[in-house]
This record gives sequence, structure tokens and C-alpha cells, in this order.
Amino acid sequence: MDLTLSTEMQAFRDEVCAFLAAELPPELAEKGRRHQSLDKRDYEFWHAKLNDRGWLAPNWPKRFGGAEWDAVQRTIFEDECAMAHAPRVVPFGLSMLGPVLHKFGSEAQQNHWLPRILDGSDWWCQGYSEPGAGSDLAALKTAAARDGEHYVVNGQKTWTTLGQHANMIFCLVRTDPAAKKQEGISFLLIDMDTPGVEVRPITLIDGGAEVNEVWFTDVRVPVENLVGQENAGWTYAKYLLTHERTNIAGVGFSRAGLAAVKRIATRARQRGRPLIENPHFAARVAQVEMDLMAMATTNLRIVSRAAAGQAPGVESSLLKIKGTQIRQEITDLARRAAGPHALPFASEAVEGSNEPLPDPLEAGAVAASYFNNRKLSIFGGSNEIQREIYAKHLMKGAS
Amino acid sequence: MNFDLTEERQMLQDTLRRFLAEAQGDVWSGLAELGVIAALFSEEQGGFGGAGFDLALVFEELGRADLSLPLIDAVLVPGRLLAGLGEDVSGLMDGTERLALAHTEANGRYDLEWVETRADGDRLSGEKSAVIAASTADRLIVSARHSGAPDDTAGIGLWLVDPDAPGLTRRSYALAQGGEAADISLSDTPGTRLTEEGFDALADTMAAGLLAQTAETLGAMETALTMTQDYLGTRKQFGRPIGSFQALSHRMVDLMVAQEQARSAVILAAAHLDHPAEERDRVLSAAKNILGRTGQLVAEETIQLHGGIGMTDEYALSRFAKRIVMADHRFGDTDHHMERFIALGL
Repeated sequence: MDLTLSTEMQAFRDEVCAFLAAELPPELAEKGRRHQSLDKRDYEFWHAKLNDRGWLAPNWPKRFGGAEWDAVQRTIFEDECAMAHAPRVVPFGLSMLGPVLHKFGSEAQQNHWLPRILDGSDWWCQGYSEPGAGSDLAALKTAAARDGEHYVVNGQKTWTTLGQHANMIFCLVRTDPAAKKQEGISFLLIDMDTPGVEVRPITLIDGGAEVNEVWFTDVRVPVENLVGQENAGWTYAKYLLTHERTNIAGVGFSRAGLAAVKRIATRARQRGRPLIENPHFAARVAQVEMDLMAMATTNLRIVSRAAAGQAPGVESSLLKIKGTQIRQEITDLARRAAGPHALPFASEAVEGSNEPLPDPLEAGAVAASYFNNRKLSIFGGSNEIQREIYAKHLMKGAS
Repeated sequence: MNFDLTEERQMLQDTLRRFLAEAQGDVWSGLAELGVIAALFSEEQGGFGGAGFDLALVFEELGRADLSLPLIDAVLVPGRLLAGLGEDVSGLMDGTERLALAHTEANGRYDLEWVETRADGDRLSGEKSAVIAASTADRLIVSARHSGAPDDTAGIGLWLVDPDAPGLTRRSYALAQGGEAADISLSDTPGTRLTEEGFDALADTMAAGLLAQTAETLGAMETALTMTQDYLGTRKQFGRPIGSFQALSHRMVDLMVAQEQARSAVILAAAHLDHPAEERDRVLSAAKNILGRTGQLVAEETIQLHGGIGMTDEYALSRFAKRIVMADHRFGDTDHHMERFIALGL
């Protein structure tokens, strides 16, 4: 065993750090550090920077304009970006739809849609969950009925992240109402400017509006926007979900969050001394830091296997559970560290405001961030669903 | 031994619960008319209650309701402080007046004795932070130090200050749990002295505030749990109510265990409110620590058991969860009270 990075990978890390130091504007990093939500321009700016460098699509094959990095490189890149508080790459086109089109899309679809993802012509969002189909995704009801050279789509999607910025949505729709649950689902690309598409924002617990409902009323979608075979969409959906679960451990986010906790606890005073010197609080921080060290190593073990060609399997469920627990514990610590200074709270703190809230510790919107990050254990397959996936694998003999 | 409410308290609880269930418009005067505010003060202070169990029942009911009323900060804490110093609080009792206590400071964290604001005679200068209900206060009670170091319990006086007094500025902002607070800046601001040595009075009134806060949090936990129980029974996934999955129903049971721990901690605290300070504070610290721990568990788990809908602003659960969690940032958090419990002797 050798836990050090290869010389090659160390050089790669240095290259990533140098890029971030040169290209990431400090005011953009500061927005991230203070848990302020980013506007559309921020994301587009960062996508363009990465695209100029050829790093926007780390997981795509070179022939489609990707960097074709292995899992270790991707992990290094994602962790360094998170620690620098760079905007996260909007995953819907790049990490989700891209791989589906590479594998199942027609040549015409690949030629048309993939370059538009890279150059920012299209902003994609994901039409998976519905009000009645959350954890039980295959219960989805949004229907697409064939009418000549079109599908006519009716139904409702929900929890559509950043859908307010999107002009395209990839959807799971039911094309055969008579078929059994997972059969009869198709994968459809829908232009959100088509008549009958309506986006309604959902305000979340932190006052922010990052998710939406998307309603479809007699929306006509050309048949060439069907990906793969009709009624085979569930296969593609599952394929996409395995890609959604890359970087599921969020090690970089946790490291950045832990550094922020220490900074706040160094500024915060208790009886005139820095809070970080309080043994009780220090023990809370230390415990999470130890857990993070171990979890980061678990992540590297799994990533190394993936880089050696073994596809990550059920282990990604373990990583999602532990990774999100640690991230949530860190947001909890930031809130605790701020003490009474965590009380001021307004959606302006999330959206950015001309008159900022009092923040003597420069902690940022720690309460809003704590509440917002409750989502980590709910989305992307709730942690209960992850346990179910792993339990089924573990208890094969018991059923 | 008898854990039942007295007949009078039972009536107050029933009336208050009915009132809050249908409350609309001017809730504040309604509460005054019902005698809810008077129930927070003793007979000698002009009220008809004031005991720990009166406070616990009133604030548990307020906590159960989907409202954000600063009764703790605009009435209970400043009112009991004033009444304890022999001042007339009849304006509070009939609902026509509201107050606020400007005591906490940016460097004070949760330590009651930390006061850096200075008193030069009856002129006050300094910064008070997160003064809840400040913008609706007709009068402010301000603590300031005329002698000693910032962490001395001696040397802290109390003054009544007109919010429009010269040199005073208020900067208001919204709070995570609902309602508002303000940072208050004082510069040679005149006040009317209430007492030269106010620490013991502050400690007594903060004890009442802490008890009220734990009871309110308990009430909010009850509603969050009822909503979750209902949701588990009605939300269907995989063709059946999600509450039929043991992975969820057993967690719901753990939350009910937590709720009963919390309820008992509040009852114990209510019973000790008028005990000697050391005895009282040990039990109050236990209650605040237990409510901090069980409250966080209930807030996080009820959101998780709901899934995405529990994260939305529109659904009431998110408001209860925020009130429960942010209650830990008031009157000393879980860790503060762990340390105080240890300091008072294991």
C-alpha cells in the first residue's frame, strides 16, 4: 500500500490549484464562502472559464470534447474546486445528460446537443421527480402520447433544480400506460420555450428558490427528441443515476466547510477567549475532522478501484450516506460556532443584499446553510433509499 | 404525587388552545383579554399566576401554534424584570404596552454577566446585539456596567431608556425563527436608573425566559411530530403508506421517546423555577440541554421523514423546524448548559 499520490497526480493537483488561483475571481469565491446563492451569470462565467481550458467535461470522452480524466483526477479536481469555493459545475447537462447521449443518443443527437452543452447554448434541467413519484421514481405519471411526428406531453415534474435558468429539460415520461411500472417509460428532451411549459418556483426553508415545479399542458415534442428506444427509458434513467452519484462523498465541500467552522470558532469569543479553545467545542470539531479523514480515505479507495476500471457499485450508497452525514454535521457546527450571531436571517442573506445583515464573525448565512443542507440526505436518492439499495445487496440470501 | 394540571390551569390551557387554533387579526389583544399575559405574573405583581407551571402551559400552547409572537421577549422577560424591581407593569398586562430587554452583546455569547456597555452616571454608551422585539418596544430596559471587568457579576446596572432618546439607533433585521431583532447602538444616551446592581434580577428573569423557551420548543416539537405522524400515514410510495415501512416507523417511535424526555425536562424545570438559584439553575440547564438535543433530533428527522416537502417554505413544518433549532441559540445553547450543569456540581 502507498497512500501518497503519484508524482503525475501531484503535478495535476498543482496545475488545478494554479488554474483556480489565476482564474477564479475572489468576489465569486467569497459568494460561495458566505453561502450566498449564485446568479445565472456566475455559473455561465465559470462554465466558460472551464470550457476555455478544456476542463468543463472531465468525464466526457475526448472525441466529444471532454477531458477524459480518470476517477482519481476527477476527485482531485472536484475537491480542489470545492475547497476554493468555485461555483459548482451545473451537473444536469454535463454529468447527467451527456453520458446518456454518449451511450444511447443517435449520432444526430450527439452532434447537435453535446457542443451546445459545452458552449453554454443550452442550460439543461432534470425532469425526474413528480409529486407522487419521489423515492418511488418509477411511479411517475407524466404522459407522452404519440401524435404523428410529435409526442404530446401532459403532467407535472417537481424539485427541478435551477429550472428557472434552463431552456431545455430531459424528462422521464410514460409512453405506454398499459405496461408495468418500469416498462413503458421513455426519455424525452423538451424545449422549455414550447407552448404549454410552465415553471413555478418553490421557496425553500432557507428562503431561497433553487427548485421549481414544471408543468406540461399539451406540450408538443418532435419525435426526434426521443433518446434511444421508446419504452426503454428506465434503463437510461438508471444509467444516468449512476453518473449522478459521482462525487457523492463531497470531500472538498466538507474540507471547505470544516475550515470555515474553524475560522468562525477562532473569531467567536467566549468569556474573552476564542471559542475554538473551549474543549467541549473543540471535541465536536475534532470528531468530525477524524470522521472526514477516514471517509476521504474510503472515497479514495473506491475511486482508485474505479480508476482501475472497476465500476463503482453499491459502495456509492455507503459514500452518499457517510458523506452527507459529515457535510450536515459541519453545517451544524458552523451554526453552533456562530452562537447568537446565527439568529439574523433573511432571504436577502442568501440572494445577496445591498445592506448586509450584521455578521461580526464574517460567518455568512450559517443558519440558512444549515437548513438548506438538510436536502443532502433527501435528494439524489434519499439516504433511506441508499440503505435499501445496500440492504438488498447485503441480504440477498435472506429474501 | 400528581401530574395533572389544576382546574384553573386546565381551563386556561383549553381556552388558549381553542383561541390559537382560530386566531386571526389582533392576536395580541386577544391574549391580553383572555388573561394569558396576566397568567405570566404573580398576584403581587398584578397578575394571577406567574408560577413555573403557568409559564410552561402558556408557552407550550404558543409553541404548538403556527405563529411567531415575541411574547417571551416583549412581555415575559422585560415584564418580570421590571415587576421584580417593584415597577408597575399594568400596561403590559392589558396588552397596550410592549417592552424589550437590551442586554446581549456581540462578544458575550451566552454568558449573562458579559456587559461591555458603559454607564457614566445615567448616560449609557455601547452596542447591544440581537435585541428581540426591539422595533415594537415602547420602552427599553438597558443593562450597562458602571464598574468592574466585562465578566464580573457585580457592577451591572439597569436603566429604562426611551427608544427615541438621543444617541440611540436601532438597526432591525429578520430572524431565522420568525420575528425580528435589532442591533442597538447607544452613545451618551440618557436613561432612568432602575437599579445599581441588577445581575440577580437578570438571572431570575432569564430563568423564567429559559423555562418559557423550553416549553415553547416542546409545543413546536409536538406539532412537528403530529404532522409527521399524519404524513407517514397518508403519503404513499411503492403502493403503500410510507409509515408501514419499519425503517421509518421505528424512527418515528424514537422521536416519541425524545418528546417524552423533553416533556419531563420541562415539567421538572417548571417545578423548580421558584427554588433557590443553584438548585433551580441545575434543573434549568438540564432542561435546556435536553431540549437542545431532542429538539435538533426532532427537527432534522421530521424533515427527513417528510422528504422534499418538509424542505419547502409553504409547508408549515419548515417553520416549526426553524423555531425548534433556533431556540438553541437563545438563553444559552446545548453546550453552554452542559458546561453550566457541570460547573454547578456533578
